[in-house]
Amino acid sequence: MLIITALFVVVFAIMIYSMAKHRKSLGHPPAKFTGPTGRIQWFWAFVPFAILLFIDFVLMGIPAVHAIIDMEDTKTKADMVLKVTGMQWKWQYEYPEAGVKFISNLSTPREQIENKAVKGEHYLLEVDNPVVLPVGKKVRVLLTSTDVIHTWWVPQFGVKRDAIPGFLRETWVRIEKPGIYRGQCAELCGKDHGYMPVVVHAVPEPEYLAWLDKKKAEQAAGAAGADRAWSKDELLAKGKDVYEKQCSVCHQPAGQGMPPAFPALTGSKIVNGPLLSPAGKIIADSHVDRVLNGKANTAMQVFKGTLNDVELAAVITYERNALGNSKGDMIQPAQIKSLRQENS
Amino acid sequence: MNTATTTVPGHADDHHGEYHPSGILRWLTTTNHKDIGTMYLTFALIMFFVGGGMILAVRAELWQPGLQLMQPEFFNQLIGVHALVMIFAALMPAATGFANWQIPLMIGAPDMALPRVNNWGFWLLPPAAILLTLPFALALFGIGEGALATGWTFYAPLSVQGGLGVDFAIFAVHILGVSSILGSINIIVTIFNMRAPGMTMMKLPLFAWGWLITAFMLIATIPVLAGAVTMLLTDRHFGTQFFDAAGGGDPILFQHLFWFFGHPEVYILMLPIWGLVPHVLATFSRKPIYGYKAQVWGFIGIGVLSVIVWAHHFFTVGMPVPALIYFMFSTMLISLPLAVLFFCWIATMWKGAMSFETPMLFATGFIVLFGIAGLTGLVLADVAADAQYHHSYFVVAHFHYALFAGGIMSVMTGVYYWLPKWTGHMYDETLGKWHFWLTVVSFNLTFLPQFFLGLAGMPRRIPDYALQFTEFNMISTVASFILGLSQLLFAYNIWKCVKGGEKATDKAWEGAEGLEWELSSPPPYHSWETQPVVK
Repeated sequence: MLIITALFVVVFAIMIYSMAKHRKSLGHPPAKFTGPTGRIQWFWAFVPFAILLFIDFVLMGIPAVHAIIDMEDTKTKADMVLKVTGMQWKWQYEYPEAGVKFISNLSTPREQIENKAVKGEHYLLEVDNPVVLPVGKKVRVLLTSTDVIHTWWVPQFGVKRDAIPGFLRETWVRIEKPGIYRGQCAELCGKDHGYMPVVVHAVPEPEYLAWLDKKKAEQAAGAAGADRAWSKDELLAKGKDVYEKQCSVCHQPAGQGMPPAFPALTGSKIVNGPLLSPAGKIIADSHVDRVLNGKANTAMQVFKGTLNDVELAAVITYERNALGNSKGDMIQPAQIKSLRQENS
Repeated sequence: MNTATTTVPGHADDHHGEYHPSGILRWLTTTNHKDIGTMYLTFALIMFFVGGGMILAVRAELWQPGLQLMQPEFFNQLIGVHALVMIFAALMPAATGFANWQIPLMIGAPDMALPRVNNWGFWLLPPAAILLTLPFALALFGIGEGALATGWTFYAPLSVQGGLGVDFAIFAVHILGVSSILGSINIIVTIFNMRAPGMTMMKLPLFAWGWLITAFMLIATIPVLAGAVTMLLTDRHFGTQFFDAAGGGDPILFQHLFWFFGHPEVYILMLPIWGLVPHVLATFSRKPIYGYKAQVWGFIGIGVLSVIVWAHHFFTVGMPVPALIYFMFSTMLISLPLAVLFFCWIATMWKGAMSFETPMLFATGFIVLFGIAGLTGLVLADVAADAQYHHSYFVVAHFHYALFAGGIMSVMTGVYYWLPKWTGHMYDETLGKWHFWLTVVSFNLTFLPQFFLGLAGMPRRIPDYALQFTEFNMISTVASFILGLSQLLFAYNIWKCVKGGEKATDKAWEGAEGLEWELSSPPPYHSWETQPVVK
């Protein structure tokens, strides 16, 4: 910045001086020269070249190369790995060593966005499940995406890296001070690109480990739920919660959708079709197939990777029995679990 | 060579312009370079207002946080189509309009070398513009989701997911590409074959040199863009997987192909009009152009370098370290030929006898503001720093300094400079000066705050933002409306000048040099039927 400001001032000072001095209205006679003449003038003509080369490739260039090598070195002395998966329009965080995985959604209420409520302090930069990292540790961040390209950006870290579907990219951070750091997706990724923030809580290591244990316990409880039979009311209650977090952005809270890009679920042929084949298998392009496996080349995601068995069973049951639909049937988390095993 | 003066009885009437259809048929069938130039320029001006209207709607939405006027989908459509319209339908046709009007006049040729190709090149544009904007109208009738909503860059896989607006935009790009290539071939052939006797390549006006390099760049890069969007089309509809990792493709391949075209495109937009800046500076400094040869080699240097630096548009995708270092240093290398141009321009003004009519105001304004674009570009080239600036409003501000100040303001320079020649009337100098000052001040007030927004962490292409960005966005929105409205002054001034005004002399400007100023103002319908001899 200092360099370019200095260049700007010096170069344009010459021009402005000339504009002030060499005016016709001041009676300045026009000179006739068209190029450098003589050895000294040629010498001076090449001085700016030399200066510019020096700035580009030495003054800026050498530190820049070191910065790149440092920035791209994700592996040396990395203390832990955080996997970040971008999806329309939320982030999933995974701690592979601890086996912890969760989704982080925008938590700003819709009313604030539509100007029906007063906007909070962290409007659009707040989430339901922030990612928690220990301070002073080098965190290797792996990035990928399930649908389109997203970019994970926290301005205060100076880190920005694209999350590309089908590929793994990496970068790293080391947070010096505890605190809450906020950023957001930086690559246009569709309708709600402006609504997928990144919030990082940086805490001392003991606190981080305690948080990790708590998450593990929550997750174990969630997985265990798949092994018991759920009542329909339980599934509906849970399903409503999942639907509002995962589905209502596109299919809308009342299920009317936003056709043609995001079809309605109310009265939908797919949702009101048969649940499973008589043999208990997934029917191609059926409701269960769509929710588990998504639809290629559309914004409909593959949810079997992001939701657990209970959540999947709950949301499918909810969609079939709410939002104006009344199929009356239900699917158990245990069924999803076995379908998942058959397919993998 | 000089077919216009061959006397074949019976054909003489056609060639001498006593007969041509009038009314709409004249414009549909014309092969006259002046008519076609006028059509290009008019089309560009109209589309400039269309694209400007779109972005004012965007700025209005960004006036404060929250969603006020539109939903995010529509917002995304506006930003992408704004860019495509401004680039392909405003700036490029404006430059081609200049080429049509001026290259034959400046090199002493009776017309462009391929007049019918010229006609076709123009008439491809309106259908393309309709294709680009039609999805907006279709959406009103419930067909499709509206125009392309991926930004002008079409990045896969977002564009694979998109609606029919993407297909419309792909075909529009195809047609615009054909038009550009036709125009480029015509310009190359004209410059190589139809120069006046005695006009060697090293006596060619710089404007023609700028265009010549541009034409080669267009021919080199437009087919790559056409290929990339065709691959996208087959990915969308015919099951190919060029950009889908599941089928062995790579989304980043699209970015490489796109920017292989996209970076030269930046210079394609600017080189032709940079070529006219030295003419204007020399005219109003009443002094010959400084460093003619250096500028020619500067143009060539920029043209060559521009095709080997493309990946600096996506440093954040995660490239290998050697690639990052290569693209960083090759990008920085562009600062050398650019610096040559800057120093030549300033040296052209140095010790001249300057006066500041509107074209000179625009030319000097262009140099300073484009300097800001160049220097912020140097910062963006630094990979480690780019990690912070990329995808942010810093980039938005940077390329508007390049494309509005560097591109559109130099088009305005050219319009004011040559209007007296084209119409035979002087434009209104007072209005022109008002237009300049309003434009410069409101332009800076619009885009300077965006540098700070970017540094503060505001990503680009978001319809709604966090509260800390509010003040700068408000300044930017207010200024953008002043900027937009002051362009009406520009349109009015042109209109007024076409309709009448003080009679322009043949030379129009005291210090003007070049063949075009030896013709009457306005020049006859067919000029240089006998080629002048350049000593």
